Amino acid sequence: MTAEKSERSATGEVTVINEQGLHARPAHALMMCASGFQSNVEIVKDGECVDGKSILSLLTLAAARGTRLVIRARGDDAEEAVAALTDLIARGFGEDGGGASDGTK
Amino acid sequence: MITHYGIPASPGVAIGEALIFDKERIRIPRRFVTRDAVDDEVRRLEQAIDAVAAEIDRNRELVTGQLGAQYGAIFAAHLAMLRDPRLNEEWRRLIREQHYAPEHAVSETLRRYASVFQKLEHRFLAARSEDVLDIERSLLRCLTGQPREELTHIGSPVAVLAHDLTPSETASLDRRFVIGFATESGGAGGHSAIVARALEIPAVVGLGRFLAETGPGDAVIIDGDEGRLIVRPDGPTRAEFERRAESRRTFAASLERFRDLPAETADGTRIEIDANIEFPHEVDACRQRGADGIGLYRTEFLYLGAAREPTEDDHFRAYADVVERMGGRPVVIRTFDLGADKLGRAPGESEERNPFLGLRSIRISLRHVTEFRRQLRAILRAGASGDVRVMFPMIATVPELRRAKAILADACEDLDEAGIPRPPKMPVGMMVEVPSAVVLLDRFLPDVDFVSIGTNDLIQYALAVDRCNREVADLYHDTDPAVLKLIAMTVDAAERHGKPVGLCGQMSANPLCTPLLIGLGLRSLSMPPADIPEIKQICRGTTVERCREVAGRALRMESARQVDHYLREEFQKNRT
Repeated sequence: MTAEKSERSATGEVTVINEQGLHARPAHALMMCASGFQSNVEIVKDGECVDGKSILSLLTLAAARGTRLVIRARGDDAEEAVAALTDLIARGFGEDGGGASDGTK
Repeated sequence: MITHYGIPASPGVAIGEALIFDKERIRIPRRFVTRDAVDDEVRRLEQAIDAVAAEIDRNRELVTGQLGAQYGAIFAAHLAMLRDPRLNEEWRRLIREQHYAPEHAVSETLRRYASVFQKLEHRFLAARSEDVLDIERSLLRCLTGQPREELTHIGSPVAVLAHDLTPSETASLDRRFVIGFATESGGAGGHSAIVARALEIPAVVGLGRFLAETGPGDAVIIDGDEGRLIVRPDGPTRAEFERRAESRRTFAASLERFRDLPAETADGTRIEIDANIEFPHEVDACRQRGADGIGLYRTEFLYLGAAREPTEDDHFRAYADVVERMGGRPVVIRTFDLGADKLGRAPGESEERNPFLGLRSIRISLRHVTEFRRQLRAILRAGASGDVRVMFPMIATVPELRRAKAILADACEDLDEAGIPRPPKMPVGMMVEVPSAVVLLDRFLPDVDFVSIGTNDLIQYALAVDRCNREVADLYHDTDPAVLKLIAMTVDAAERHGKPVGLCGQMSANPLCTPLLIGLGLRSLSMPPADIPEIKQICRGTTVERCREVAGRALRMESARQVDHYLREEFQKNRT
């Protein structure tokens, strides 16, 4: 599946903020979100690059809290995909709900 | 007839036919297919994937129904892994280009992922290797066309025999047909044991190798009281156990009437009888058996088998549910008490040489302050709508207790800042289960509102016996005079400080020990709901004076054997 015509592409960078990092549930959420776009999605951590639509590949990244991830997408909806994915990660996958602050002293 | 000895994990007797759930890893030879068979082989794999996906879906519904969405959530990740596009692409490539047989392709790829996950340091990711291997087994079973002995599709009563049962397997046992289970591996505090007790079916674990000499359909007896598995029992043995099972049933029925009666001794002393629970749904059993409250709400189920660290709301829902359904009766919530044995599924975490003396329980909580504080916030929130008390496990030193309390204070502050309601002062208790806490209890007591003796750990630390270790499990005795002395010391210290003291280990459910415990001064016992009626009956049939005599004599003995013998004699005397 290589690009035949001039494809749109987009890149974003985001930090993992949820405490548990990219464990099973966030990886599942990330995969579901990426799979909703037609574009190819790649997640890059320290030069290691995996398919954003593969939960197993995402899990092997073992991205802990504080990890910088690069999101790359290629395809007609590349910008939208990158925007949605960076937002999802930046919001901590909606985890740690409850409103109270989580700071450690 | 062969008798195997293991660890009693859940009480009761089950007599029936064996169903062997053998998931010893199926060995797959490196097998290749011819070029013209490739299309058929890919189709065969696709059918297997669909079948396994349907099975996962069924399991999800089943487990969600029985144990709640928290457990069911594991299966969404399973499904995503099975349908993983990279994985599926690789399978097809291996079959089409390398001419691998599907079995070979499945096995090779999934075991590779499993070993990658095993090497990751993250606890919850490491546990994913079990999931991946679970998927491998399911696919191979489909592909090799092995007769499927599905735990979920059992149509007649069977005793399940297995090397080990995964969380999902144990949870999906159909209570109507599975009369009990016995496994080669596992310990009394392990996950399968916990679920068996919650389901109230007899179970024996840690039996060592026995599957090789047991055939499907063999008659077996699972004796969850004594920790025995009897294969192909002879006539007299079978008859004896049938009598025992029958008398258990009539006995249980005769105890019904104690439900609404208080546990009051014949001379008018009220004994508080509380329940130990693992899962929120057990509240029903507590109310049916007439528990005064929840003396120990273990919170580990939130972590076991979960695909992720529980959120504050996960915690809160699980606690608020119990508090609400207990309708104002007290609920003691114990904070995170996972130890080496219970986290057995996470490789890497269990590699300590001496796990019971290692990083477990409150020690883990004090290192993971954020998670701990999150749990405490949820407990505080649940306390806003009922009588909730918080209890810290495995406290060994005063500074540990103070640190835990400081984090509790921080959690209170979190809630106050966010304007979330909490009780003005939640009672704080500690488990007394490390001998150092007994010896120095005077120094701990000013800092707590109550204490609860956790005999399971106290015994293992006092006698230096790991009860999950088959080699020494027979040295583990709850009636050792040294243990009784430690209990007596704890009760005395608590009384001097005017702080309530209870006991929540397995000992509290042992009817032989009830007079002894009352005699040692205990007025509050917490036990699995199923044991409540019988213990109430014992309380009502004795007097405090008599109990004091029993305790006094037992304390002067020199061995557990002597004490056991004496208690048994007393018990028979009272029963006739």
